[in-house]
Amino acid sequence: MSDPILSVHGLNAGYGDFQALFGIDLALAEGSLLGLVGANGAGKSTLFKAILGLLPRGREAVTFAGQPIGHLRPEAMLRLGLALVPEGRRLFRSLSVEENLQLAAQGGRRGDWTVERVFDLFPALREKRHSPSQSLSGGQQQMVSIGRALVANPRVILFDEVSLGLAPIIVNDVYAALPAILQSGISAIVVEQDIERVRRMADTLVCLNEGRVVLAGPSADFTKAQITHAYFGG
Amino acid sequence: MTPDSAPQALTATGLNKSYGAIAVTRDVSLSVPEGGALGIIGPNGAGKTTLFNLITGTVPAGTGQITLFGQDITRMDARQRCLAGIARSFQVPQPFSGLTTFENVLIAAAFGRGLSEKAARPHARAALEMTGLAPKADVLAGTLTLLDRKRLELARALATGPRLLLLDEIAGGMTEAECVTLVELIRDIRGSGVTIVWIEHVLHALLKVVDRILVLDFGKVIAEGPPDTILSDPHVTSVYLGPEEAA
Amino acid sequence: MAYVDAVVQGILLGGLYALFATGLSLIFGVMRLVNIAHGDFIVLGAYLALVVVQATGLHPFASLILVVPLMAGIGYAIQRGLLNRTLGPNLLPPILVTFGLAVVIQNGLLTLFSTDTRRLAAGPIETASLSLGPISVGWLPLATFAVAVVLILGLELLFYRTAMGRAFRATTDDAEMARAMGVNTRHVHALAMALSFAVIAIAGVFLAARSNFDPFSGPARLIFGFGGLGSLWGTLAGGVVLGVAQALGAQISPQFQILAGHLVFFLILAVRPRGLFPRME
Repeated sequence: MSDPILSVHGLNAGYGDFQALFGIDLALAEGSLLGLVGANGAGKSTLFKAILGLLPRGREAVTFAGQPIGHLRPEAMLRLGLALVPEGRRLFRSLSVEENLQLAAQGGRRGDWTVERVFDLFPALREKRHSPSQSLSGGQQQMVSIGRALVANPRVILFDEVSLGLAPIIVNDVYAALPAILQSGISAIVVEQDIERVRRMADTLVCLNEGRVVLAGPSADFTKAQITHAYFGG
Repeated sequence: MTPDSAPQALTATGLNKSYGAIAVTRDVSLSVPEGGALGIIGPNGAGKTTLFNLITGTVPAGTGQITLFGQDITRMDARQRCLAGIARSFQVPQPFSGLTTFENVLIAAAFGRGLSEKAARPHARAALEMTGLAPKADVLAGTLTLLDRKRLELARALATGPRLLLLDEIAGGMTEAECVTLVELIRDIRGSGVTIVWIEHVLHALLKVVDRILVLDFGKVIAEGPPDTILSDPHVTSVYLGPEEAA
Repeated sequence: MAYVDAVVQGILLGGLYALFATGLSLIFGVMRLVNIAHGDFIVLGAYLALVVVQATGLHPFASLILVVPLMAGIGYAIQRGLLNRTLGPNLLPPILVTFGLAVVIQNGLLTLFSTDTRRLAAGPIETASLSLGPISVGWLPLATFAVAVVLILGLELLFYRTAMGRAFRATTDDAEMARAMGVNTRHVHALAMALSFAVIAIAGVFLAARSNFDPFSGPARLIFGFGGLGSLWGTLAGGVVLGVAQALGAQISPQFQILAGHLVFFLILAVRPRGLFPRME
């Protein structure tokens, strides 16, 4: 592939004495969707935190748009173009829906995505724009969380469990919107439990098992059985 | 509707709840026979969790009546309803992370049954055995994996000795293998005599357990019946399932 | 009539107490940091104003132009350089460090200024009064109350209507996620402390104009934070309740004035331990 927009080289990361990731290599081609799968606890969320600098990593361990970013602070990531849709939504309690979006818009980059356009994508949120984020249902909060990433006009979005708590029709809508999002120049890594869906949607697949990459390559290369087997290792 | 001759574990009649001008639950009625399993589905914001809150008494109902195994519980507060036999799991597992797994379940057994700590111990141990958490009894709850935290949610609920178990989106975030484990556990719980009401988006898990499905949208019941009927209902498809069959 | 007068005086006194407490309430609300040295920083502000007035001949209130930015700068530096390191899940480290700071400040001031009590002459406003029907109200207490209200209004506007306020609230809610959203949380915390110190500076000048102070006047100013840590209007309410209690207590006897204040404090802690208007969680 031409230079990947985001790549990880021999990344080791952990929490204090506990090492969670061992020598992770990963490359995200520009405009593509990478499916990140693995059992719970395999290290998927940890990998996202390490990419964003929320966990310490080496200077050369993460490269973004050709530049090493391992030495940069997390607050620089959104402005660079790297956005996170975290596990568990993590909306700001004291902020309304609109304020959550405005904060991200301010910390991110100028572009086609605006607060209004996010409301176009998720119309249910529009009438709740001034409501405290905690008053929304779980699925609606997930929509706001995704909106927060979009409104920063990123180049890469890291989706940690995007479909968690969403009604099937909304999951369909979000995944249906993904091709358009990708075509607008955003690349994505998606953590997803539904193996069938990830095989259909993703260009490449990476499977983690206990902090190591056990499977990586074009998603068309792997059968569902192979992927499921990789979850448990051998 | 289910035949009225079978004893009903739970009936709700004409439940209404509004927050100011916003009606979140509108004239909802349902019934679940003893030993049965009812699934509840619906779009985000339809009022599913609110309905659970009304049943458990966490939120006071505006109007309407609720009976539990024939007893009118409408006037009872949440604690009394728990003692009467309702237990519930929450969407996001929040164990007491500074306590061990066993201690978490012990608290539930003691308070949920109105027993002293000593008398509650056997119930706590039984709940841990049933959910497969016995090997992790002395582990700090904050360090448990996601699947184990969900098991802990179930164990805590079971420890209170419920006759009715309300599950709120318990399959979310599970891998397929973990889902299989969870479904088996829920089936075992049902097999031991507990009636189940389950809110869920992960339909393939729900379908393995429930006899009937109730669909909520904007606080109202828009459909209710056996799974096949519900899944092929065009209104339900347009509002919740989307064009792709989710099963 | 004496009681009506006492209530009015008490309300205005509440404005002064609110000035003392607002900085503390603010910083606890933003960072859950209990600044044990809060009172001592107010006294530091008073001494700083003294120095500025002596050096420039400015009127004490005019000296605010210099004292406020100076104190804000000190606050920023202390937070960025020292207190940011103490922030974490444990409430204790900031308490210990600020306790140490209190000792340092008290002794530093003692060395520089000795134990002589000081007072800042504010001129005719000290004794000037306004006639409101049968009651006569001092201009200084009135001005103090007005400043407290304007300050709280301004802070509420800042927190709830500006982008910076959004960043403050987000950082308080979830600092890790705020960083992922591009917020420089270390800078935000330091700014919050600078803001708190700006309020402390104003409180210090009003303290100096109104009463005698010495290097050890600090700790007595700490108890005013009970109006509802984190709620600014609650802090004003708390100050007013305390002021009125003291003023009414004084009607009974001078000793009862102090006791009344502490009784009210005790009552509120017993009945509403989270303060009069605790921040909605």
